[in-house]
Amino acid sequence: MKPTPEHLLWMYEKMIEIRAYEETMAKVYMEGKLPPKIQKGLAFDIGAGPVPGEMHLAAGQEPVAVGVCAHLGDQDSVVGAHRSHHFAIAKGVPLDAMTAEMFGKDTGLGRGKGGHMHLFHVPTRFSCSGIVGASAPQACGAALAARKLGTDSVAVAFFGEGAANQGAFHESLNLAAVWKLPVVFVCEDNKYGISVEKSVSTAVASNASRAAAYGMPGVLVERNDAIDVYAAAGAAIARARRGEGPTLIEVKTDRYFGHFQGDPENYRPKGEGAALRQDDPIARLAAALRGAGLLDDGREHVLRMRIAGRIESAFAYGRQSPYPAARDAFEHVFAD
Amino acid sequence: MQESSKDGAVRTLTMAQAIAEAIGQEMERDPSVFVMGEDIGRYGGIFSATTGLLDRFGPERVMETPISETAFMGAAVGAAAEGLRPIAELMFVDFFGVCFDQIYNHMAKNCYMSGGAVKLPVVITTGIGGGYNDAAQHSQCLYASFAHMPGLKVVVPSNAYDAKGLMIQAIRDNNPVVFCYHKGIMGLSWMSYFEGSTNAVPEQAYAIPFGKARVVREGSDVTIVTLSQMVHKAALAAEQLAGEGISVEVLDLRTIVPLDREAVLASVARTGRVLVADEDYLSFGLSGEIAALVAEHLDTVPLRAPVRRLAVPDVPIPFSRPLEQAVIPQVESIADAVRGLMEAGKPINSLLQGAPA
Repeated sequence: MKPTPEHLLWMYEKMIEIRAYEETMAKVYMEGKLPPKIQKGLAFDIGAGPVPGEMHLAAGQEPVAVGVCAHLGDQDSVVGAHRSHHFAIAKGVPLDAMTAEMFGKDTGLGRGKGGHMHLFHVPTRFSCSGIVGASAPQACGAALAARKLGTDSVAVAFFGEGAANQGAFHESLNLAAVWKLPVVFVCEDNKYGISVEKSVSTAVASNASRAAAYGMPGVLVERNDAIDVYAAAGAAIARARRGEGPTLIEVKTDRYFGHFQGDPENYRPKGEGAALRQDDPIARLAAALRGAGLLDDGREHVLRMRIAGRIESAFAYGRQSPYPAARDAFEHVFAD
Repeated sequence: MQESSKDGAVRTLTMAQAIAEAIGQEMERDPSVFVMGEDIGRYGGIFSATTGLLDRFGPERVMETPISETAFMGAAVGAAAEGLRPIAELMFVDFFGVCFDQIYNHMAKNCYMSGGAVKLPVVITTGIGGGYNDAAQHSQCLYASFAHMPGLKVVVPSNAYDAKGLMIQAIRDNNPVVFCYHKGIMGLSWMSYFEGSTNAVPEQAYAIPFGKARVVREGSDVTIVTLSQMVHKAALAAEQLAGEGISVEVLDLRTIVPLDREAVLASVARTGRVLVADEDYLSFGLSGEIAALVAEHLDTVPLRAPVRRLAVPDVPIPFSRPLEQAVIPQVESIADAVRGLMEAGKPINSLLQGAPA
């Protein structure tokens, strides 16, 4: 399946937006975490600064998010993992409320109760989870709902290659296959489950081959490339919409940052992060767009200015929004 | 509670029949309600909580699942987030360890973490309790473990009338509800049970609000706070004690989240003595919660004797009949505990007092 010019341009813009978002977040996140007079023995204060808590960034993994989400509308569900900004942005979750959530503000997606690993946006049917492997069963449930409601919506579960060794993953593949659910499982193989290399954790070279055990197609996308992901996801999503059941896709992708911000990355060969950027999927897509006459310097400039404005505005919104009142901690334990 | 059917005869149901009837009526009323779980279709549920539903509603609304608890509990989360109202049965509460993540990290928390945006109207049904020699992996109660996690409502009925009304309420609730039925009061043909649990049940649908305890028996000397099968044991103990001149009030909590704290305190204020009789483990559980509640109100609720607790004394449930009978509170051990309470200061020697020789 070849992307339309509109989809190519959309993917390019969203990839730049995701990258700019993550690189801005990487800077903002460090604010206040390394105070000039640090307490003795304390080198990094994870709870300090405007964006507290853990932070998992997805720069480098943009092709997976845009290649899949290009085929999705608001009626389709996406369940992400703990590293989910790229999926959320590609799914159309509003950037302002998403950023405010990471700042712990009252205007955030979850009124400051979820934080960056727990983003929920009902209108675009986006959710994610801090628990490895938890997305697959919930995507099955969303797909089941679509079938019961008689719509042609699909659900996508995103997860890392480390999660493919979870029982939840295997149970969900079997359930989806036996119930023929309109769901697509998308595994991001960024080589590391936190610090553990895939070769140490996983007995098969490709998780896509595990699909055979559940009687569903398994597709390996070998290159971290938006157009390649687009093609694989397009076929899988079309198949799901036709009522033909689930597909498992594994994409070999790259994580430019550490597992979390502040990760010493002592498990990586020196310079790996920088080396990965040499073959950047955004630059590759730009070249393809230019080759096809869809992009020139003028359009590139306009696009980047537009994105910079969106990012700036989202972070300003996050910073300037008020914190929730302490009493709000007692609300929303239950609905109604 | 006496209810006449169309031909004028009083209709009684077992708790299993009452639960299945409640689910069936709600499925008829609301097309978004469906059931899934292990052996809930043709078999009708291992404890008969879904008997007859497959024939009435078909396999799309009464869905057999693989033995994949994480997958189908997670599917309940996903389907509920999309506006459906799943009822997910997991046979024995003992099996929840394999899927607890989807329950306490997602089902219980997504409403909160989304600032109220995500509503998850799920009912989880499960069998609890021992007394029939199935040993440590098939005999626990564990309702306090669910109650310990904010975000879950927990229902533990003691009889068919309550079970129907509470199930209808559970299905209509916009929150996750864990509905625990004690196997020993379901009225199963293959298990002895307490007759009081089979009682008159109206044919029409009715809902019993959560958080309203029921006074099973009024009394003036001692309050027994209890729930589930233990209600029937407590009632038998109270009957026995009445013959000895001790007047016992039995309070059936019916739900533990929400907990009817007012009813507990009001009853204890009347009697001045309280025994908590619980089939869950003793430490860090329901009995401690009730004891703490009373202790926190000693300024307004004066006691004539210290609070007493009777529960499974922090051992796994053993298989062998005399061992199991010894660790699960029985009519005799309840009666003994009440007698001890009447002699203020006399401690409960141990649960083993009530064990058969």
